[in-house]
Amino acid sequence: MTFKIIVCAKQVPDTNEIKIDPVTKTLIREGVPSILNPDDANALEEALRLKEQYADTHVTVITMGPPQAKDMLIECLAMGADEAVLASDRALGGSDTWATSNALSAVIEKLGGYDLIFAGRQAIDGDTAQVGPQIAEKLGIPQVTYVQECKIDHEMKNITVKRALEDGYEVVKIKTPCMLTAIKGLNKPRYMSVRGIYESVKSDIKTWGAKELGLDADREVGLDASPTNVYRSFTPLPKGKGTTIKAESEKETAQKLLVGLKTRHVI
Amino acid sequence: MNFVLTKEQEFVRKMVRDFAKNEVEPIAAEIDREHRFPVENVAKMSKLGILGVPFPREYGGAGGDNISYAITIEELSRVCASTGTICAAHTSLCCWPIYSWGTEKQKKRYLPGLLAGGKLGAFGLTEPNAGTDAAGQQTKAEDKGSHWLLNGSKLFITNGGYADVYVIFAMTDRKKGSRGISAFIVEKGSEGFSIGKKEEKMGICASSTTELIFQNCRVPKENIIGDPGDGFKIAMSTLNGGRIGVASQALGIAQGAFDVTVAYMKGRKQFGKRLSQMEALQFDVANMRTQIEAARLMIYRAVDMKDRNLNYGPYSAMAKLFAAETAMYVTTKAVQLHGGYGYTKDYPVERMMRDAKITEIYEGTSEVQKIVIASAIFGK
Repeated sequence: MTFKIIVCAKQVPDTNEIKIDPVTKTLIREGVPSILNPDDANALEEALRLKEQYADTHVTVITMGPPQAKDMLIECLAMGADEAVLASDRALGGSDTWATSNALSAVIEKLGGYDLIFAGRQAIDGDTAQVGPQIAEKLGIPQVTYVQECKIDHEMKNITVKRALEDGYEVVKIKTPCMLTAIKGLNKPRYMSVRGIYESVKSDIKTWGAKELGLDADREVGLDASPTNVYRSFTPLPKGKGTTIKAESEKETAQKLLVGLKTRHVI
Repeated sequence: MNFVLTKEQEFVRKMVRDFAKNEVEPIAAEIDREHRFPVENVAKMSKLGILGVPFPREYGGAGGDNISYAITIEELSRVCASTGTICAAHTSLCCWPIYSWGTEKQKKRYLPGLLAGGKLGAFGLTEPNAGTDAAGQQTKAEDKGSHWLLNGSKLFITNGGYADVYVIFAMTDRKKGSRGISAFIVEKGSEGFSIGKKEEKMGICASSTTELIFQNCRVPKENIIGDPGDGFKIAMSTLNGGRIGVASQALGIAQGAFDVTVAYMKGRKQFGKRLSQMEALQFDVANMRTQIEAARLMIYRAVDMKDRNLNYGPYSAMAKLFAAETAMYVTTKAVQLHGGYGYTKDYPVERMMRDAKITEIYEGTSEVQKIVIASAIFGK
């Protein structure tokens, strides 16, 4: 039996280069290069590693986005994914996380059958970390977020993951099918291969619209169906300079730090 | 006319640039300082198909074109010219003659390992008394019935000592002059084949440049490339393509020096303003940028002709001549624009300027390129 993995990915503007239009308060996307969302690259890498371990594994990458998002899917294929699907339609435009997870859940259901779904923890443009968990809820499968380590047993049934917490990690055992969301520490994503590039640019990438996915454009996807409205976007003011404490000895430095923290009622 | 890269070529640039930025650039200064051959990166490059870009998939290649190959060398050399050299000598000078002139059996035996199987290639033509003047070959190969017996030595061989497969030229019939030269595939570890002196160089210090010594080296009969006497033809056609590799390397060095210089000028303040705001210096940068662009167009033009099987020899010579001069001009200016800092090893332009010089020398000096170009005008 083929072990089927689905990876949810998103094409995002490279945030190292992004700016917010001071007038319209929206992201300036013109001239900003688009990239595969970093956490999603970790998700794909983990899927590809499982594929290397267990030959009979099929990795499908799915995304929702404008037609240009195909470039990101080509990149995923050139890294080693077997198949890619793009959900693209004007009717899907303006979707918030709720509507997006409706669309991606529909793609997953249309693909029929899966054993494991990987998503990145969050996208660097929206930073919501909501879509992965929402998909899991809608599909009715268990999920573990913030996965930093992932081991699967030989029967491909039980997965043991380390889930990152702010000050440590917890070990969670979970049965397939399930959804795991990946963080940066999970692995180091591979590069595309040159051969992979030449094979994937010419490959056929399925594109599905709202109708093919059986989605109601008024109630399930798109701007009108989205309960979230962006009120305002802004560039946060840079934080002021920190204070550097320097004293003669380490002990004195620690004392000064303690006094400082106490006067500010931090401790 | 179409000056737009294909999607494949764009992806290759992105991929090699990512690789170069994450894997090559961080160690570039260190391997230059320590004269260390970057075996770990060469292994990674092999796995990713960077060592087999312009060859068909059936032999283990990536199935790419020569523009993608030129882009690959450019992007590697942009951060580390040594790494660019390793890849260019391997691809243009070893894999290409085996692919273009070898028998099906030779191709099946050697190419999969070289193109993606972790093996590295080298090319041995130059001797102490025969560089471009290949007809002066002293190394000889005698037909011993069951095998060839090689005796002699080769000099300045890129990838020497690290390569697994060597394309070696030797005299099989001295009476015939250049028509008496033949080409052979010699494997590392062959009896009677050893590595001699390792050169200490001005630049591309992380690449290996050695002498090869053949003392009664037995080479299997079937390892001759083409027929006896084809060697000169094979060498000259290989060097036509090799010039594209060197030109791309020169272009990469120039682009890399340009990029770091522009960034430096935006940050450096003197006399109350940034260097980037000083018109005299801006003009230097404009000239640098213009020459780089011209070099790039000349290279892509020559490569495109090669991909179309047109006579690209004089064009690759012009591209190499111009790109090498551009690399020297741009890196020298880059050091100048960095001032005192540019002369120190704390900034990469010092290394880039040393690395640039070789592109005016190897695989035919600039003077030799002029001979090639002139002979296309006036005849030989």
